[in-house]
Amino acid sequence: MSKCSVGLLALSSLFLSSAAIAQEKIKVGVTATLEGTYTVLGEDGMRGHQTALNVLGKKVGDKELEFIVASTDATPDSAVRAVRKLIEQDKVQILLSPLSGDEGIAVKNFAKTHPELTFINAASGAQETTYVDPAPNFFRYNMDGAQWQVGLGKYAYEEKKYRKIATVGEDYSFIYTQVFGLVLEFCGAGGQVTNRQWVPLGTKDFASVIAALPDDVDAIYLGLGGADAVNFLNQYQQAGGKAHLMGGSIMIDQTILSSKGNAKNALVGTIAASGQADTWEDPGWQKFVKAYQDAFPPNKRFPSPSLLATNYYDSTMALILALRQVNGDLSNNQAKYKEALAKIEIDAPNGKIKLDSNRQAIGTNFVTEVVDDGKGALFSKVVKVIPNVNQTLGYDPAVFSKIGLPSRTVPECKKY
Amino acid sequence: MSRFVERHPAWALISIIAIAIALWLVFAVWPPGLEEAIGRKRVFLNAVFNGITLGGLYFLVASGFTLIFGLMRNVNLAHGSLYLFGGYVGYAISTATGSWLLSFIVAFILTALVGVLLQLIVFRRMEGQDLRQTMVTIGLSIVFADLMLWACGGDFYQIQTPNWLIGPIELPLVTAIKSSGEPVYLRYPLVRLVIFAASVVIGVAMWLALNRTRAGMIIRAGVDDRDILAATGVRIQLVFVAVFAFGAGLAGIAGVVGGTFQSLSPGEDIRFLLASLVVVIVGGMGSIPGAALGALIIGLAEQLGSVYIPTYAIVVTFLIMVLVLAIRPQGLLARR
Repeated sequence: MSKCSVGLLALSSLFLSSAAIAQEKIKVGVTATLEGTYTVLGEDGMRGHQTALNVLGKKVGDKELEFIVASTDATPDSAVRAVRKLIEQDKVQILLSPLSGDEGIAVKNFAKTHPELTFINAASGAQETTYVDPAPNFFRYNMDGAQWQVGLGKYAYEEKKYRKIATVGEDYSFIYTQVFGLVLEFCGAGGQVTNRQWVPLGTKDFASVIAALPDDVDAIYLGLGGADAVNFLNQYQQAGGKAHLMGGSIMIDQTILSSKGNAKNALVGTIAASGQADTWEDPGWQKFVKAYQDAFPPNKRFPSPSLLATNYYDSTMALILALRQVNGDLSNNQAKYKEALAKIEIDAPNGKIKLDSNRQAIGTNFVTEVVDDGKGALFSKVVKVIPNVNQTLGYDPAVFSKIGLPSRTVPECKKY
Repeated sequence: MSRFVERHPAWALISIIAIAIALWLVFAVWPPGLEEAIGRKRVFLNAVFNGITLGGLYFLVASGFTLIFGLMRNVNLAHGSLYLFGGYVGYAISTATGSWLLSFIVAFILTALVGVLLQLIVFRRMEGQDLRQTMVTIGLSIVFADLMLWACGGDFYQIQTPNWLIGPIELPLVTAIKSSGEPVYLRYPLVRLVIFAASVVIGVAMWLALNRTRAGMIIRAGVDDRDILAATGVRIQLVFVAVFAFGAGLAGIAGVVGGTFQSLSPGEDIRFLLASLVVVIVGGMGSIPGAALGALIIGLAEQLGSVYIPTYAIVVTFLIMVLVLAIRPQGLLARR
């Protein structure tokens, strides 16, 4: 009998204490692509997230943040499944999700069914996510794929004197958005995009795609990421490819530049544009790189954070700083928190970021060139820094809306 | 052959015409009208060659799978894990010793050992219970995938192609005639040709071993009726272990091949399991020539599809599978 009552007492105190803890905790759900083609990107995203927690801490007033991670595979249904699980089973109040373009569009639509919660985009970069019918509770602190290409088209045309290019890209929304940004600027400057090839996400054998690349172009633009990019480069080298290359934001990135094997060497000299540049001198950036390097042993990270790490860092930073502004107050369907998120301006390592009326980031973009550091490691070197890039890429919103949404064939190659 | 012509004269005529057209497409210089209609010959030839070489890789994976199924009626859904394991072993050996060829040998031996362990520890205990074995292999594939993720991480690994295999060679196939009258020859990656040649050699050797040797006779007898075979005094368990080891070893070799001209990462195991399932379903479960034919069809469909109908490329292989299941459910070359 006494044994039993002691047991009951222990059990009830356990319940009580867990209830007490539950009051002090704010639950945040995080998703990353920890499976499939983009595994490496998801892993480095989580490193960026962890770096932010190391720098900023997990305390908000007297409350503590608790993070629950779920894995996706870059498909929209996997993202919605993960987010649904986090909300329904783990009862999270804030979401930091998702990583990839198509996932972003799906999660944004899903966010509308939970207007009481807050969704902070982790890294996805499709234009449609915030440009078409945005969700009032979805905030994006990274730029979209088209913003990340600003400067590249002009640099290729004016400095590199490329006149005709062809593109190869993965067949989904983020790469459409990247090619959209590139074509708009390159064709606007007078260049020609003669051929756009699209390959399914997760393609392993690129040999036929490589054979179909046109010969009569000055450069080939690669909008690939993760395993696809590595496979392409490997087979491109085996086929003896020699063309000038241009790269998208997840192509010229540490996820590819530090892959094992020597196929990546084809990228030395490649020009690209992205929301960051590995060798930027800015003290804020250097401090972030140091924090990232100190947080993980060298064999468990890249030499320098990838774009995904930076995006996860920035969005985690916005999440925590805004939460501190309202002192962890999530009452009234998180109204105060959402207001703070919409207004906050963060001093991110890759330049200042603020949101527009669609809750889409306005930030800084970088044109880069891949260099070898002499010890066999590749980095992206800054060529040009472009501040205050907005979602309409400097176009008048009325003109911009006439161009159409990024797709396999939009925009046409002409001056708008 | 002549019996087939006698029995189905119409089909024989159609297939002769099809072969003639295919040969003409490969060897002739295309007239400008045709190039306008379906693109340059170089692209077509490359796609065909890629399809055939990719088929070689699929054959390596699928032949082990189909051999194990044919003899033991065991649908080994952990076959993809063996592929990935072989690839990682190959990577480790080739970076440690710098020898590409050695990595094949070590990968074959180690994956074969894993196969032996699987057969001795797991499958022997549940012989004849097909469903249970299949369920266990699914479980094992998940465990293996997580173990490999833990050991090797989510990075992409590429096995270094040896220097003498890097780069393209010129094949004596004319793709176009320059305006000066000089012919342009097809340039094709050497490594893929070597790998294809190796898989043909392995395939022919397997066929010879199965049809011309005593061990092959025992295996074929086991495929037909293993109970009677056991009753004749053959040590059937030993045959099972040997076949399982060989099938697993082939998957390991395929892993090294795949790591050389594609890349290794988590998720590849499932992809190759799926590919070999499709290949084996198209070709016929348990048939080695079936695996060869199925691999060739799927490889060609993937590559030609990715060039000529990129939007639907993914669907094509599954469409073929559906067609085969609808018209000839036992597979193209299955006997039963």
